[in-house]
Amino acid sequence: MIDFRNVSKFYGSFRALNDVTETIARGEVVVVCGPSGSGKSTLIRTINRLEPIDSGQILLNGEDIHRPGLDVDRFRSGIGFVFQQFNLFPHLSVLDNCTLAPMKVRRLSETEARERALALLDRVGLADKAHAFPAQLSGGQQQRVAIARALAMEPPLMLFDEPTSALDPEMVSEVLLVIRDLAHHGQTLVCVTHEMGFAREVADRIFFMDEGKILERATPEDFFERPQHPRTKQFLSDLRSPFARSV
Amino acid sequence: MIELIHNYWLYFLIGQYPDGPLGGLVLTLLLGAAALGLALPLGVVLGLARTSAHRAIRWPVTALVYVVRGTPLLMVIFWAYFFLPAVTGHQTSQFTTMLAALVVFNGAYLAEIVRAGIQGIPRGQSECARALGLSYWQTMRAVILPQALRNMLPSLVAQFVTTLKETSLGYIIGLSEVSFIAGQINAQVLTQPVQVYTTLALTYFVLCFGLSQIVRVLEKRGARSVVTR
Amino acid sequence: MSIDLSIVLSGEFGQWLLRGFLLSIELTLVTLVLAFPLATFVALLRLSPWKPLQGLGFAYVEGIRNIPLLAHLMFWYFGATQLLPEGTRTWLYEHDAESICAVVALTLYTAAFMAEDIRSGIRSIPTAQFEAARALGFGYLRSMRLVVLPQAVRITVPPLISQTLSLWKNTSIATVIGTAELMYQAQRVETATFRGAETFAVTTVAYLAVSGVITLLGVLYQRRYPVRAA
Repeated sequence: MIDFRNVSKFYGSFRALNDVTETIARGEVVVVCGPSGSGKSTLIRTINRLEPIDSGQILLNGEDIHRPGLDVDRFRSGIGFVFQQFNLFPHLSVLDNCTLAPMKVRRLSETEARERALALLDRVGLADKAHAFPAQLSGGQQQRVAIARALAMEPPLMLFDEPTSALDPEMVSEVLLVIRDLAHHGQTLVCVTHEMGFAREVADRIFFMDEGKILERATPEDFFERPQHPRTKQFLSDLRSPFARSV
Repeated sequence: MIELIHNYWLYFLIGQYPDGPLGGLVLTLLLGAAALGLALPLGVVLGLARTSAHRAIRWPVTALVYVVRGTPLLMVIFWAYFFLPAVTGHQTSQFTTMLAALVVFNGAYLAEIVRAGIQGIPRGQSECARALGLSYWQTMRAVILPQALRNMLPSLVAQFVTTLKETSLGYIIGLSEVSFIAGQINAQVLTQPVQVYTTLALTYFVLCFGLSQIVRVLEKRGARSVVTR
Repeated sequence: MSIDLSIVLSGEFGQWLLRGFLLSIELTLVTLVLAFPLATFVALLRLSPWKPLQGLGFAYVEGIRNIPLLAHLMFWYFGATQLLPEGTRTWLYEHDAESICAVVALTLYTAAFMAEDIRSGIRSIPTAQFEAARALGFGYLRSMRLVVLPQAVRITVPPLISQTLSLWKNTSIATVIGTAELMYQAQRVETATFRGAETFAVTTVAYLAVSGVITLLGVLYQRRYPVRAA
């Protein structure tokens, strides 16, 4: 479904993505991990063109998505993106947050959009908060609304950029449960996260990135039991230190 | 002093109405409200242009805003006074002249307030709206501007206070707003200039100070309210 | 109708405009010199620990700011002058009362706005700085002078330059009391020559030129002395 071909990106002279080549299949659940500054957020943001690329190609279902003539808005409406900082619209209710895009972009009627939104809010466990405002919700609740909002567009692909990194520890699992539920229903998912326990349980493949390159890509079993690259081994041993959060 | 107020309070309030055009304090308020009401859409358009990604739009508008802000309002009024009749083809009333000048002048100032308001909304908001597939205009209308305008409310009311003070310059083209009326009263009474002008000053003070206090309340409420994550 | 700038730029009319321009600049400079110390004084009043002094400062700022400059000018020129004793009044009228009243009104008005900018600038310096100075044994005024004000200056200069810009434009309003500054002279020339477009074009350029210089000074200052956090 997604094809990276020799993708490179620079911020000035800093190389954020270094000749990345990889394929992600439809229905796959991929977790991307790695140290800070490894390029994992940049990688995922190039998929829906929130970041431009400097060389190479990214193909979505065979289509070059960084080509100049692309209808970017239409393209983005087919990809769900969940941000680390939730980015709910504070001046709209939870329900309106979820109906805005379907009504404006997919031209759904208000009734249809509301129906769809309420069903999704129910799925993430927040149907009773439909008329609340974001400021009244906890971080975990806001992030679940953000996921419902992205799902409201029925995107074939969902991208998650460190969805739990901004949450207090006790709220992390409520969000991860929602994402796991999506994975079990066959959603194509790419998730950047530090939550290795989640990765082990849910991912089809795990990518380990450092310095702009994917250094290792493996099934969870291979990744944790038989890591190949020295950096991966280093990363995993750091994770197993007494103060590490997950695994 | 009491006699002064007794004789002239109505004239001060509404000018020669109904025997003549509306004037006085009521005219000041109407002019101020109309000017700000019309200047706001202009300010939003110019403010959007100032934040535009296209240089061809951004530069001319930036230049226009700098020119208007570097010119005294009185100058803008004279330009309107001498050239609106030529441009529109008919005689323009003093009210219309003053209104036009105030709208252009305040539009340029509001452009800066709008620009600051738009740029004050966290980038994540527009990123997220675009990620959902909303176009630039849909994002502005549904997500950015509603939040920006709400945040700008204290500045907008403060600008209204400034506009009310600016209406006083209508005096120079003979518009019968409250300062002009005060001048007329003084010309009739002759012996009580201090009382007349102190009353004028007090009127403005009550009006503007009152509104400034509303600004303070709004600013406090704004600081307490919704925090964008 | 042809556009002919030479009529307004040369001879008698050019002289009028030039004199008006120079008077506008003079009014601006004199007001600045008088308003700045007054503004600092009022700012310190508002920041002082004693309620009555705070109230005085507050009354000054709010009382002046909420009244348009036009009303101030009319009060001083038409009103206050009548309260003066006969002798002083005659002296005043013989010595350019219009300009003197203009300076009085402009100074009080500008100082009210500047006082707020100065107060904001001082308040942005963490109280800890002031407390450290007091802990060393300096009194209120010396702590201000030696520790807080020097730091506040860098933050306060840009808004003050902005006020100077407003002041420059405000001098045009003095025309209502007959002060012979640039706007007054422009009206005179227009009445005499019927050349509205040329007269106002030249006048606008004159105002913009000085506005540009003031804005440039602001930009250069901020570039040379950017605000450095503690």
